[in-house]
Amino acid sequence: MRNWNSARTARDSRLQAGARYARGKLVAAHDATALLEAVLRPGDRVCLEGDNQKQADLLAAALAAVDNRKIHNLHMVQSGVVLPEHLDVFERGIAKRLDYAYSAPQAQRIAELLFGGKIELGAVHTYLELFARYFIDLTPQVALIVGVSADRDGNLYTGPNTEDTPTVVEATAFKDGVVIAQVAEIVDAVPRVDIPGDRVHFVVVAGKPSYVEPLFTRDPAAVTETQILTAMLAIKGVYAPYCVRRLNHGIGFNTAAIELLLPTYGERLGLKGKIASHWALNPHPTLIPAIESGWVQQIHSFGSEVGMDDYMRARSDIFFTGSDGSLRSNRAICQTAGLYACDLFIGSTLQIDLQGNSSTVTTGRVAGFGGAPNMGSDARGRRHPSEPWLRAGQEADPEATAPLRRGRKLVVQIGETFGDKNAPLFVERLDALELAEKFALDLAPVMIYGDDVTHIVTEEGVANLLLCRTKDEREHAIRGVAGYTEVGRGRNAGMVQRLRERGVIRRPEDLGIDLLDVDQRLLAARSVKDLVRWSDGLYAPPSKFRNW
Amino acid sequence: MEHLSYRHAVRRRATGSKRKALVGVVASGNLEVLVERVLPDYMCEVDIRTAAAGFGEIWRLVVADFVERRSPGGLKLSINDGGARPDMVSLRLAQAVRAVEGGHL
Repeated sequence: MRNWNSARTARDSRLQAGARYARGKLVAAHDATALLEAVLRPGDRVCLEGDNQKQADLLAAALAAVDNRKIHNLHMVQSGVVLPEHLDVFERGIAKRLDYAYSAPQAQRIAELLFGGKIELGAVHTYLELFARYFIDLTPQVALIVGVSADRDGNLYTGPNTEDTPTVVEATAFKDGVVIAQVAEIVDAVPRVDIPGDRVHFVVVAGKPSYVEPLFTRDPAAVTETQILTAMLAIKGVYAPYCVRRLNHGIGFNTAAIELLLPTYGERLGLKGKIASHWALNPHPTLIPAIESGWVQQIHSFGSEVGMDDYMRARSDIFFTGSDGSLRSNRAICQTAGLYACDLFIGSTLQIDLQGNSSTVTTGRVAGFGGAPNMGSDARGRRHPSEPWLRAGQEADPEATAPLRRGRKLVVQIGETFGDKNAPLFVERLDALELAEKFALDLAPVMIYGDDVTHIVTEEGVANLLLCRTKDEREHAIRGVAGYTEVGRGRNAGMVQRLRERGVIRRPEDLGIDLLDVDQRLLAARSVKDLVRWSDGLYAPPSKFRNW
Repeated sequence: MEHLSYRHAVRRRATGSKRKALVGVVASGNLEVLVERVLPDYMCEVDIRTAAAGFGEIWRLVVADFVERRSPGGLKLSINDGGARPDMVSLRLAQAVRAVEGGHL
């Protein structure tokens, strides 16, 4: 007779083994490693919560300290590889296999561990894709999550940085897994219930807040004039003609410049109310002037941002907030919103090839991509029309019968032709291909595929790839905005001129942009202090962004 | 310090009547451009002083494109370079012409 409930029985025995370190559900911080040794089994799939923002830092350290004779060969399925401990577990043989989505700060060390054979790489996912696999073939047996506070029943308050927690808990708790949460403190009643207590088995009391990275904060003072020029090109060359109201901005100084130009340059162009009103966006401090000037109607967020909590609490018309008044973020839902309900994604990258493929993986650095591959892709399941989507579809395929023609999402890559340390943005061949060869990967880690990219914006102009009809045209549209990189210098001037006449390439002068306007004084805020002023003192920047 | 100089024959005189203008600043990654209307209408000269040696070929291309795109006839442009990237150089050269044409920064 088959036992149909073996996983539940196994979970109950894990809970029983862990119970000796707990009083009720509560576990002292110094017992965290012993708890993990009791609950985990070799070969388990484990989700150690952490993304590009909040981190289950205490549980990460506790896991890295377990006895590797007892616990080994774990399969880590987690959003972010961010803390040193996330890789220590591989170095110590506690974990063997890795499926993840984002790793920028540890990108170099991941490459080293891959090369040394310490990590078996499953895949580099986009967030939503990894979350999806939690419910199909990568369901965790144990989830190590992070919250702000808990009550004695295990009800969790995850607060403004709720992020991935509901998704991780859903997949684990409802499939016979064990959920262990770290929180800063135990309270009699949580401010709001983000995770119901019956889904949480153990609560480790850290005694201090978990680490959160202020990843989405950009100091306006560090925005360069060429970045301002790229931002003006994006506003006048993409946002305005397509009437882009629903959008997502990636991280970076170019998009920060766009945010800071809306109340000044955008206002002057008469675009208020016509563009950039509805957002899937982390709470970027550089959007504060646009919010305060009445540009923004609504923002749903993947996560929070350090220092923005009081501001968002005071602007509940704009942000999603809970019964306690503070922000509620949710990465999986916001990623879905970005995929299906936004008409434009714009973000930076490190390398673009002649087909328009784009990647942030460079030699020796295996960065994950977080949400960009999802947001920066066309949703083939989309069925609702909107002006930008229909217009982009029409440009891509003018001959098709209109009612049967798919629209297209606008996917924009923006940057200066030369990046950090004079690295060229445009390359003949992505470093990602070299990496794929070196590790015999089936897929090169491409962030955004060329056939999803619709526009490339550099200081030289806007290339509209939707209007390209041949491979050769596409290649020259890219060369035509590639500046003095080798790719740019490889252009055929006559071909680029013809593309310009057709509006495939548009230079600042073609768009009526006066280069004398390209000046830091055009930014609505020119320092972090200006942002604080715009926010009425509600924005509290982290100390590394304070210089007053 | 490297000294580079490029002279081009130009199709058109730069418009406006301002005699000279200054744009940019001497700072790391930036540059200062002094533009003076001192040459015959069919000439343009670009003089560069830069601490970053060995970029002569890029400078030549940047200046040639600038002359082609802006027709800065009659102008002498003197550049004090703080190691700016080509994108910044192109922007400043174009701004210098706009400034001497009478545009306002």
